[in-house]
Amino acid sequence: MWQKLYGELGPRGLDIVTVAMDSGGAEAAEPWIAAAHPRHPSLIDRSHLMGELFGVVNVPSGIWIDEAGRIVRPPETAYPRRPDFLDGVIPADATPEDLRGIDAVRKLRIHAEEYIAALGDWVEKGAESRYALPADEVVRRSRPRPVEAATAAAHFELGQHLHAAGCEEAAVEHFRRAYRLQPENWTYKRQAWNLLAPGQNPLEVYGSDWLADVEKIGAENYYPKIEL
Amino acid sequence: MILETLEIDSAEFVQRTGWELKPQGACKDDRCVPLGTDTEQPIDVRALARRLGMPLLHDETSGLWCLGPEAGGAALTSAEAPALELPGFDGTPFRLSALRGRKVLLVAWASW
Repeated sequence: MWQKLYGELGPRGLDIVTVAMDSGGAEAAEPWIAAAHPRHPSLIDRSHLMGELFGVVNVPSGIWIDEAGRIVRPPETAYPRRPDFLDGVIPADATPEDLRGIDAVRKLRIHAEEYIAALGDWVEKGAESRYALPADEVVRRSRPRPVEAATAAAHFELGQHLHAAGCEEAAVEHFRRAYRLQPENWTYKRQAWNLLAPGQNPLEVYGSDWLADVEKIGAENYYPKIEL
Repeated sequence: MILETLEIDSAEFVQRTGWELKPQGACKDDRCVPLGTDTEQPIDVRALARRLGMPLLHDETSGLWCLGPEAGGAALTSAEAPALELPGFDGTPFRLSALRGRKVLLVAWASW
């Protein structure tokens, strides 16, 4: 997905590193990575370190890091181009359930063009770019971590560990607690839904799924507005 | 971090949390938190969790513990990029710091 942009901005001084936040590891991410043939580093983050270290709670999220290793923009929604699903054609045989999904997806707030233009500006001007934020602003904009979020992180980690060890029931209980403590963390819940066995339904196990949760908050709030 | 006992190795703790254990206490960026205990090995996790505001959970069925990140601040405590080392698609370890000197767009995505 990022290969084309890397081809354009790489020669101008930008490296791109993609990180797959997948408990399933390389096996889960492999089909996507193989199809993309990335020439940039493409890493596998089984334990969701990107959440713990940078405060990522949804994907795709981009973080800008300058030559000195200083973050100049904390995690925010990052698409390399306008995704096709925003302009999807409604099939004639769409069910009411399909229509609900299409309606939600079309309302997602994705400003890829503005984001990529800002990225290009930073690549060209560096610290002089108006999009490169000062250190205190980077910290201010990063995800707050109240005790609920810190505790959710520990429950999520236990859930992943227990799932990998085959203790499914105990894992689900920790994922449920992580969800209750930090419902706005989409990486936790989408990963937990994804780890369910075939035939299991997130709505039945967790009382939630993507569409139900998106409709609850309003699809336009799924990706927070980017303050460029 | 997942723990089998409440005594941990300081090297592992430092690598995972970024908090360094010094004679004056636990230090990260320009902050130092006195621990009030000896920082010699092995570390008493309960004391550390309390002082640093980290949740410490116990899973009764497995007997495991989990120490969460420190609460009360933000995910980023400074603009300095945290040390990140992860395997590449082919299993080769990669350090983000290897790209020092270049601008980097770090993108988190997922297959789910």
